[in-house]
Amino acid sequence: MTDAVNLEAHATGHDAASHHHEPTGWRRWVYSTNHKDIGVMYLIFSIVTGIIGGLLSGVMRMELQEPGIQIFHGLANMVYGLGGPENAIDAGKHMYNVFTTAHALIMVFFVVMPATMGGFANYFAPLMIGAPDTAFPRINNIAFWLLPPAFILLLISLFVPGGSGALENGFGGGWTIYPPLSTTGHPGPAMDFAILALHVAGVSSILGAINLITTIFNMRAPGMTMHKMPLFAWSVLVTAFLLLLALPVLAGAITMLLTDRNFGTAFFKPDQGGDPILFQHLFWFFGHPEVYIMILPGFGIVSHIVSTFSRKPIFGYMAMAYAMVAIGFVGFVVWAHHMYTTGLSLDVQRYFVAATMVIAVPTGVKIFSWIATMWGGSISFKTPMLWAIGFIFLFTVGGVTGVVLANAAADRALHDTYYVVAHFHYVLSLGAVFSIFAGWYYWYPKITGWMFSEFLGKLHFWVMFVGVNLIFFPQHFLGLAGMPRRYIDYPDAFGLWNRVSSIGYYITFVAMIIFFYAMWEAQKKKRPAGDNPWGAGATTLEWTLTSPPPFHQFTTLPKMDSTSAH
Amino acid sequence: MTGHFLKRIGAISAVALAPALAAAQEAPGYSVPGQFHLQRSVTPIMDSIVVFHDGLLMWTISLIVAFVLVLLLWVAWRYNAKRNPTPAAFTHNTMVEILWTVLPIVILIVIAIPSFGVLSDQLTTPDGERKYLGSNIFSFGDIEVPAAELTVKVTGQQWYWDYEYVDQGLLFTSVMLQEGDRQASKPNQPRLLAVDNELVVPVDTTVRLQVTSDPTGVIHAFAVPSFGVRMDAVPGRLNETWFNSRETGLFYGQCSELCGKDHAFMPIAVRVVTKDEFANFIAAFEAGDYQAANATLAAVQ
Repeated sequence: MTDAVNLEAHATGHDAASHHHEPTGWRRWVYSTNHKDIGVMYLIFSIVTGIIGGLLSGVMRMELQEPGIQIFHGLANMVYGLGGPENAIDAGKHMYNVFTTAHALIMVFFVVMPATMGGFANYFAPLMIGAPDTAFPRINNIAFWLLPPAFILLLISLFVPGGSGALENGFGGGWTIYPPLSTTGHPGPAMDFAILALHVAGVSSILGAINLITTIFNMRAPGMTMHKMPLFAWSVLVTAFLLLLALPVLAGAITMLLTDRNFGTAFFKPDQGGDPILFQHLFWFFGHPEVYIMILPGFGIVSHIVSTFSRKPIFGYMAMAYAMVAIGFVGFVVWAHHMYTTGLSLDVQRYFVAATMVIAVPTGVKIFSWIATMWGGSISFKTPMLWAIGFIFLFTVGGVTGVVLANAAADRALHDTYYVVAHFHYVLSLGAVFSIFAGWYYWYPKITGWMFSEFLGKLHFWVMFVGVNLIFFPQHFLGLAGMPRRYIDYPDAFGLWNRVSSIGYYITFVAMIIFFYAMWEAQKKKRPAGDNPWGAGATTLEWTLTSPPPFHQFTTLPKMDSTSAH
Repeated sequence: MTGHFLKRIGAISAVALAPALAAAQEAPGYSVPGQFHLQRSVTPIMDSIVVFHDGLLMWTISLIVAFVLVLLLWVAWRYNAKRNPTPAAFTHNTMVEILWTVLPIVILIVIAIPSFGVLSDQLTTPDGERKYLGSNIFSFGDIEVPAAELTVKVTGQQWYWDYEYVDQGLLFTSVMLQEGDRQASKPNQPRLLAVDNELVVPVDTTVRLQVTSDPTGVIHAFAVPSFGVRMDAVPGRLNETWFNSRETGLFYGQCSELCGKDHAFMPIAVRVVTKDEFANFIAAFEAGDYQAANATLAAVQ
């Protein structure tokens, strides 16, 4: 009850403000405190960074298409002007590592997180819980506007000296930034810029998380109890807690890295009594929750889409919500399964094997509940539904290879091979990214008010489905056969599957062109979408608003009666 | 029992994979073109890993994925809007929910039993008494492995490996052959895997590996797929692992922890020789140097 009273007061305040303050032009965006405008900015930011991150991987796939070094010595020669590619082999090798590192950091911190926890969470979590805006609109503004400077810092890092050689711009030590390679191995300022980029991006995410947690706890519409809250809001809540608890650990670890590099401390320096493995513990204490940070909002999005297009309420709502809580919780106590080969003792490895395998249980609950939601439904295969079903299947593939890797005994043969690359791209590049596209197509009509072309959306899906599977499925074979990851060149025996993988990239590239064409076509044709283009199955509150929603919504708070479903 | 069952499954899948395996027979120490399975095993540990992966994990995950795919196709076919215009409204079914919680737990326990056994084998250096699982991963262990007789210290450098026969105090360095040198001296060895000086060890002998990295260097990882060995080389730490190869020949591995620009160019080559050959090798090494010792062996082509 106190909730409702607070909400009433808050809403009134906002209402009054909205009448005389609706900024236009650049002020609307730069000074924005509007959760929807900020959400849109996050999504656009994520598309821009996604193009950069995607192109980086394209150059890598071109390099790996054939055994031998084909691309990077030429690229390095262009950058450093060495009078010929043959003089740029070493610079090219370093540049390849810089590309893998930048690809990962951009995709993790500047594409997936801004898209899910920035874009969709900002835009739709308040709408779904019937709130007029987020709890801290100004914090929301700064959280977004910290991201472009963070990204610029990361881009600067690519162009300043990094490695110990003369022509080694950028940091090439992998997104895991393990010391000593990230300390003594990279004496140049590139690593410092990367650390600062992560710090600023981390602050942005922490602020965003605080805002979302406060919003979801305090600003639900009257009658919307936690257990009536839509699953996307649940997923955002759990994810925000993961961000809040994990990112400070990363911040601590990279600060120690920074002082090791610049101020003579020796946290991770073995020759002065420090321990490089300590960094790995700290990093993965952040890093493992991070992978759930990337995937959990996707779980929420997919739940709504499956329910909407099956015209059936979500199966096992409570189990679905608490499965996410369980995944989030257990996600914090499994970090050292990334470290089975570092020399951990037998007992420690046993514990992490057992704890890690536990995660398969709530994950299985989610997969089966989505299928049960479809079971008995009346399914229409609109574009968002295709992406959601694609997500369920691809995430299952990535999930089961995770069970394989969870076993330290099997990981012995697969650790740091392409099997791992295949695994995490199935859960992230195929899982998380498919959920982002699912959410994009699901909510695009709501955000813009226009309908996209179903044909183009479906074409995008099918081409991309073929493309990404062709990229990543053969990488399982490469990993089993023993090809280590982060290799610019490989023994000739790995040539076949690498070539198939590269062909998959080109197909995915075509899919992305279809996507951008579809978006261009949608905004050109401006087909009105209507308030609710998806019909009776779309039951959450955002569909009760106009498309696009008014600048300020819910000036009168919606009341959830006791029968409304989530 | 179950172990034998798994062996049989392995045998069946071996028939299915016969062409690939036949190729593997010819070139045992590294992967073959187009390979889509684990490298061939020559140690009890890798035997366990192969049976654990190919016999248990691979089947389990394939069946789960197939099951989910069939369910998805079934609901897409049976419950599409045309065939089923009126959706049902149920949201719970306690029985199914219990089932899909408990069944995965059971599957995980079945996986965990050999998983823990194989893991213990990997991390326990043989003392001569302890029995190892080998390919019988559901047993209590019936493979005898002798206690370690030889200790080799491996030190990762940027970007090559230093090896030391610890008890003999003999050191040498192993560097990847550049393409021109490889074609001149070891044309039949694979590109990016051939090295100047292979690590020579005796067959049917338990070798204790001590793995570390240069104290001022970076982390590397020592890995030989056919042995089922992978251990990080961390500055300031001395990690221990072991292997016991039952076959002579050349076995290749590659650095498996990103270590800088030449990460892809510091392969590991282990040459397993007969015990007699090794005795001659080490005697010549003690009297002279690695080159003299290597001259006692047939030249690697």
